[in-house]
Amino acid sequence: MFETKSGVFLVAGLGFFALAFMVMGLLPWTIYRNEPEATVAEMIEQHGIVPEFVEFAEKFPDRFKEYYGDCNAASFEAALRRGHRIYVGEACWHCHSQFVRPVSNEALRWGPVADAKEYQNELQRPVLFGTRRVGPDLSREAAHRSNDWHIAHFHKPSSVVPVSVMPEYPWFFDEDGYPNRDGMAIITYVQWLGSWIKEYPYFLGDGPRGPGEVEEEKLKFDDI
Amino acid sequence: MATQAAAPAAVSTGDHDRLIEVSLVKWHFLTGFAFLLIAMLAGLLFSMQFLQQYPFKGIEIFSPGRWRFVHTQGVAYGFIANIFLGMLYWAVPRLTHRPVLSRPLSWFLFFAWQAVILATAIGVLLGQAQALEWGETPVWIDPVAEIGLILVAVNFLAPVFKTKGPMYVTLWYFVAALVWTPLVYAMGNFLPQYLMTGVAAGAIGGLFIHDLVGLFVTPLGWGMMYYFVPIILKKPIWSHGLSLVGFWGLAFFYPLNGIHHFLYTPIPMFLQYGAIISTVAVELVVTTVIINFFMTIRGTGDMLRTSIPIRWFYTGMIFYFTTCLQCAFHTTLTFQKIIHFSDWVVGHAHLVMFGVFGFWMLGLLVHLLPRVCNRAGWYSRGLNEWHFWITALSMLVMFFDLMIAGLIQGYMWRDLAAWEETIRASRPYWLVRSVSGTAIIVAQFLFAYNVIRTLAMSPAPEAAPDGEAAPDPTAGGLATA
Repeated sequence: MFETKSGVFLVAGLGFFALAFMVMGLLPWTIYRNEPEATVAEMIEQHGIVPEFVEFAEKFPDRFKEYYGDCNAASFEAALRRGHRIYVGEACWHCHSQFVRPVSNEALRWGPVADAKEYQNELQRPVLFGTRRVGPDLSREAAHRSNDWHIAHFHKPSSVVPVSVMPEYPWFFDEDGYPNRDGMAIITYVQWLGSWIKEYPYFLGDGPRGPGEVEEEKLKFDDI
Repeated sequence: MATQAAAPAAVSTGDHDRLIEVSLVKWHFLTGFAFLLIAMLAGLLFSMQFLQQYPFKGIEIFSPGRWRFVHTQGVAYGFIANIFLGMLYWAVPRLTHRPVLSRPLSWFLFFAWQAVILATAIGVLLGQAQALEWGETPVWIDPVAEIGLILVAVNFLAPVFKTKGPMYVTLWYFVAALVWTPLVYAMGNFLPQYLMTGVAAGAIGGLFIHDLVGLFVTPLGWGMMYYFVPIILKKPIWSHGLSLVGFWGLAFFYPLNGIHHFLYTPIPMFLQYGAIISTVAVELVVTTVIINFFMTIRGTGDMLRTSIPIRWFYTGMIFYFTTCLQCAFHTTLTFQKIIHFSDWVVGHAHLVMFGVFGFWMLGLLVHLLPRVCNRAGWYSRGLNEWHFWITALSMLVMFFDLMIAGLIQGYMWRDLAAWEETIRASRPYWLVRSVSGTAIIVAQFLFAYNVIRTLAMSPAPEAAPDGEAAPDPTAGGLATA
C-alpha cells in the first residue's frame, strides 16, 4: 500500500484529505448548522439603521438622493453591500482584522470578545476574520469615530493620524471633496461593524463605560 | 542502504524527444520566472506604502491593497505553479517512461493557465477580489481555474497509472499533490463563498490557506527534491524507510493543520487543539525528512560549493527546517497571544514561500534552464553566484527583521500602547524589509540578465545537450550512480 499507485492515490490522496476535511471542515459546520445565516435585510430589521447613515442623508441631501434615493432600510442595505464589496476589493481586510481575541488584553483595547453569532450573516461570506493587523481591528468600530473623521481619514489618513500608513482613497470622493457613492458606502459599512453591540467600545479608557458595565474579568490585565 | 523502487529502463536520447516536450518545460520556466519578477515588484510597491512613500498615491488602479493581491497571487499561481508545471513535464515522463496524456492538451493548458493569471491580475486590479486569503482570484475565474487544475491532474496521472509496479518516492508526492490540489482549490474557493458561512467558513478558509502550502506546494517541492538531489549528487537517497515516514507523515498530519491560522477565534476550541497538535507532529515528520537529505549529502558536502543548484536546494532545506521549527512553537497558544496579527507571520510566510520553495525553484532553473534551452552552460557562473548570495543573505535579513518587528508589535499591543506608537516602532523594520526586498529583486534581475545572455549564446552542439551540472541524460529519474 505504501508505495503503490492505489495506496497513494486512494489512502493518502483521497482518504487523508477526506478525513481532515470531515474533522476540521465539516465538524465545525455541523456544530453551527442550527445557527441561521442572517441576510442583510434581517440584520437591519433586527439592529436598525446606523445613525451615521442617516447623518449622510441629512448632511448631504442632494448627493445622498442621487446616490441612494431615500434613507430607508433598502438604501441602507444597498450601501452596506457596496461598502462590503469595496472593503473586500481594496484589501482592507488584509490590514484590518475583524475579531477580538480573549487574550493579549484585546478586550480592554477593542471591546467585547468576538462571538460566533456575529459571523452568521451574509456579509461574512467568506468570513473576514483577517490574519494581520497593520491598522486597528474594525469589528467594534461602529460609532467609535464620527463620519467627519472618516471622511478626512479616507481622503488623507495622515491628515488625522500623522504616522498612519493607510493608503489614500481619493476615488471615494467627488470633485468637490464630498464623499461619493463609494465613500458613503465604505463609511456606512465601517460604522456598521459592531453596531449590534450595545455597549460602546472602550478604547484606551475613552469609552463611556461605567462600573458594572464591563465584566470584572475583562478588566484584568493579561500578562503572560 | 536505500532500496529504491523499480526503475524504468534507461531512456535513450531518441526516446527523450518522444517523451518530453522540452520547449513546454522551457516556456513554463521562462514565464514563471517573469511572473516572479512582476510579483516581487508588486510586493516592493506595496511595501513602500508602509514607508509613506507610495509612488502612485491616489490612483485607483494602483491602490496598494490591490497590488498586494497581485504580489501573492502572482507568486502562487504565476511563479510557483508555472515552474512546477515545467518541472512535472520534465520529471513525470522520465519517471514513468511514458509521455503525458496529450501534447496539445499540455500546450492548451499552458496558454489557458497564463490567461487565468492575467485575468486574475486584471480582476483584482479592478477591485473584484474574493475575500479569501491566497484565493483572491475573482469568483468568476474560480471555476475555470478548477477545470484547469483537474485537466492538469489527468494529464500527469495518465502516464503514472499506465506504469506497473511500485513508484519512486517522487511519484508518491506528485500523485498525492495532483489529487489534493483540485480538491483544495474547490474546497477553499467554493464552500465559504456559496455554502458555508461565518465561523464554519473560517475553518475552511484556514484549511485552504494551509493546504495550498501543504498539499500543493510542499509535496511538489519535496517530490522535486527527491528527484533532482540524487541525480545531481549521483547517489541514492540515504534511507528509503525515512522517505516512507516523511511522505506518509506529511500526508496524514498536514491536512489537519488548517485551523491553526485562526486560533482564539470562535472556532470550537477542541478543533484548535487538534490543529496545534498535528502542526507539532508535522515538525517531527519534517525532521526525519531533513535528516534523510543531510545524510544523503554526507560525504559529498563539497557539492555545496561546486554545484549551485545543490546549494540552492540545501539552503532551502535549512530554511524549511527553520520555518517548520518556528511553526511548531508559534502555533502554540502561548506564542499566539503575542505573535498573531503581527509581522512575525509575514516573515514566516516569506521564508516558506520564497526562502524554501522559491529557492528550490531557482536551483531548478539554474540546473535545467540551459539544458531545456539547448545551451552548453550558463553565460556566467559568477552572476549565478551573486544571484545566490545576495538572495540568500537578503532573505535572512528580511526574515529576522520581520520576526523582531512582530515581537515588538505583539508586546506593544498586549501592553496597550497607543496604536500610533506601535506604528512608529515598526517603521524602521518596515524600512529594512523594503531594502532587503529590493536587494532580492536586484539579484533576480542579475539572474534575468544571465538568462538573457545565455539564451543569446549559440545553441549547444547536439552531442552535448547537458546543462551546468551535467547530470546523466539517460537517468530514468533515479540516482543511477
